Amino acid sequence: MSAPKFAYETTRGFLPGHRACAGCGQAAAVRVIMEVVGPKAVAANATGCLEVFSTPHPESAWGIPWIHSLFENQAAVASGIEAALKKQGKLDGVKVLAFGGDGATLDIGFGALSGMFERGHDVLYVCMDNEAYMNTGVQRSGSTPFAASTTTSPAGRMSFGEDRPKKDLPAIAAAHGIPYVATASMSLFADLRRKVKKAVGTRGPKYVQVHVPCPPGWGYDEKLSMEVGRLAVECGLYPLVEWENGKVTRVRKIKKVPVEEYLKGQRRFRHLFRTEEGKAQIARIQELADESIERYGLVG
Amino acid sequence: MTATGKKGRRKPPLGIVTRPGSSLRNKTGPWGILRPVFDWEKCTGCNTCESICPEGCIRHLEKKQYEADMEYCKGCGMCAETCPADAITMEEEHR
Repeated sequence: MSAPKFAYETTRGFLPGHRACAGCGQAAAVRVIMEVVGPKAVAANATGCLEVFSTPHPESAWGIPWIHSLFENQAAVASGIEAALKKQGKLDGVKVLAFGGDGATLDIGFGALSGMFERGHDVLYVCMDNEAYMNTGVQRSGSTPFAASTTTSPAGRMSFGEDRPKKDLPAIAAAHGIPYVATASMSLFADLRRKVKKAVGTRGPKYVQVHVPCPPGWGYDEKLSMEVGRLAVECGLYPLVEWENGKVTRVRKIKKVPVEEYLKGQRRFRHLFRTEEGKAQIARIQELADESIERYGLVG
Repeated sequence: MTATGKKGRRKPPLGIVTRPGSSLRNKTGPWGILRPVFDWEKCTGCNTCESICPEGCIRHLEKKQYEADMEYCKGCGMCAETCPADAITMEEEHR
């Protein structure tokens, strides 16, 4: 077997050779996003999986100017880049991006993010939502869904896992009244591509939250990344909604599937299928899904 | 503040700077034990595999012909699982 040799232009946004796990949803999502955004961009990145796997010293998988500073300040750094470019008169046609994981966005960097929205910087903030701190070994974050087992909310005889529902950051971002907020899923990549395209074409602060399946953290076979992400959307637990200036403008309609379909394939939810109490929790998860279906009118 | 390096080139004051795309020297191909085999007869040319590959190592050669770069393919099998025409199968790689 002779391996084909391909030439990779370093102007491509995101290049191979990074250390993401096989089947990483995040790496796939970043590739789709960078293809849309193009080479004329600057990115600020928070600490997290994306930062660690894309830039192990002394290498970088990015083809664009990229900076990592701290865990909590990617929104502030991106704001600074935008302000500096504006002052120098170089902002025309340059897209300023900020990447953060769900821990960096929902928990640690939330203050800086809110400040970026309020000051109105022309930055696209992309949150890679894999629903826990995967980089450090699956600790719970504000984005961890109800009843998921993580290393800091372990399931066992005394507990059924995470006891709080997921924080609804897209709605909080929309409440700032910013021009564009959207939730997307890596599995529906055409939809993700359209949303990113729309976001980079809008002036002002933008927030896109991308649901990215994580094979080692969620506990499923790496080849099923697309399927798992799709089921999360189809069961209503991850509604794909767009807000413009604080108002819902578009939702993706779903064929409603029971939440069990989504939960049963993942190790982080397997304890729910073993006990009677677990069954009751599944019913509660179904209630959460029904609630979001009703709130955004996802069916019909 | 900007420090000046040996040959008078401007260097950033803090931190570590690397060249863009320098990760290309890290060949991730040997990570996997499976490799995708493309059946160009069945392929419809929908571009799904190229879009979703986490490595970005699947290339569109010409109409309805795709190929994976085995220097970087980690053998995750997402392309084979997602292909709407079932034109990709994962086979064990013998080195």
